[in-house]
Amino acid sequence: MSTSEMRRVTAINNGTVIDHIPAGSALSVLRMLGISDDRASPISLVMNVPSSKHGRKDIIKVEDRELTQDELDRLALIAPKASVAIIRSYAVAEKREVTIGKELLNVARCTYSNCITNNSREPLDHRLNVVKTDPLELRCRYCGRSQNMKELINNLI
Amino acid sequence: MDGDLITMDDMTNEEIVSLLDDAERLLPVAHGEEFLPLLQGKLLANMFFEPSTRTRMSFETAMKRLGGDVVNLGDVKSSSAVKGETLYDTMRMVDGYCDIAALRHPRQGAAQYAADACYIPIMNGGDGAGHHPTQTLLDLFTIRQAHGRLDGLTVALVGDLRYGRTVHSLSHALARFDCELIFISPNQLSMPTEIVSDLTESGSKITETDDLYSAIPDVDVIYMTRIQKERFPDDDEYAKVAGIYKLTAADLTAAKGEMIVMHPLPRVDEISPDVDATRHARYFEQAFNGVVARMALMCKLLGVDIPGGAA
Repeated sequence: MSTSEMRRVTAINNGTVIDHIPAGSALSVLRMLGISDDRASPISLVMNVPSSKHGRKDIIKVEDRELTQDELDRLALIAPKASVAIIRSYAVAEKREVTIGKELLNVARCTYSNCITNNSREPLDHRLNVVKTDPLELRCRYCGRSQNMKELINNLI
Repeated sequence: MDGDLITMDDMTNEEIVSLLDDAERLLPVAHGEEFLPLLQGKLLANMFFEPSTRTRMSFETAMKRLGGDVVNLGDVKSSSAVKGETLYDTMRMVDGYCDIAALRHPRQGAAQYAADACYIPIMNGGDGAGHHPTQTLLDLFTIRQAHGRLDGLTVALVGDLRYGRTVHSLSHALARFDCELIFISPNQLSMPTEIVSDLTESGSKITETDDLYSAIPDVDVIYMTRIQKERFPDDDEYAKVAGIYKLTAADLTAAKGEMIVMHPLPRVDEISPDVDATRHARYFEQAFNGVVARMALMCKLLGVDIPGGAA
């Protein structure tokens, strides 16, 4: 992050900074991570700032919460190239990678309306297989359909 | 094969060929000329949540010809499904009752879901617009019976390629045997893009067209399918494409002598009855072959060897 970008939001004491989120996706990231607006600690959101790597990007700073690796891995759905820093006492204590394994387990429901898993009473896990990572392609373990990535964001669990 | 048959990807080419060989040896049993009670004491659950004539009956025939018995779900309207029972609960119950199950369900992915819920082998008898691998086995058996081989044939798949699950499973299997595939359909019923891209990426030669009649002289197999009214969201959409392909005996004068016409049945009007009397018609033999293919499959999944096979 450049100095000029840093000035847009205040530095945080403790928490997590997620940088290089695709422009316009920050709200989806918050929703995906289950970070709601009723929490006591501040959340800073910067959208559509210039980025040398990606043209435009979003940035999120979540105070007083260190996101776990599991939570960060869910980010791969929306922001596979995000960089994540854990902040302690105003300093970067740790850098974490967004990674995606071979399967997303109970992250999102299949986007195909006639898939067996879209009967909400069926109890088995929602399982999406990772077919490719760049660009990300997911297929439902059960119906085998390629997932519509835009719709998938609305199917987060 | 890992205990279930959900898609053709569950079988290697060698396993497919071996199973077709097994099926060949079971022909006298399927014809009732020999009694071979290989599956005596075994119980098949026929779980058909959607209407079926051939698939359900041929599973039942196959099990009974091999000395086993069958329990049927019966009319889905009088089953627990209408009371809101989940597929998971129904299949857990069946898991306790029977040794093996055949499942047909309107929802895609139901067979894999049932396989994850059960310990007994699950055979996918059709899941929504998904897969129908036991149909593929009998289709491959029929093709091999006619041509003596599976490799390197040119096969036209015609009609409803979008919703027709038989052609989804069959095209994957044929591509693995280096067949050239011609997908013939109106645009709105074309093969799903993920299937075309999978096949293309794996190096298969695919042609997509809406012209059946120009393809006839070049192909070894014409695989006709019914435009399935029940898969359309409304009658208007169905009316736009219903009856678009009608194969007649006169159309086949340009065909190769050994070319065969197949159809998973039931047909509506896509194959004229005058084709039945030509040497090309193979759809009734194809329906019969469902019995031997399913006999061989059940033996395989239940770990029962068929006499006369390779040691």
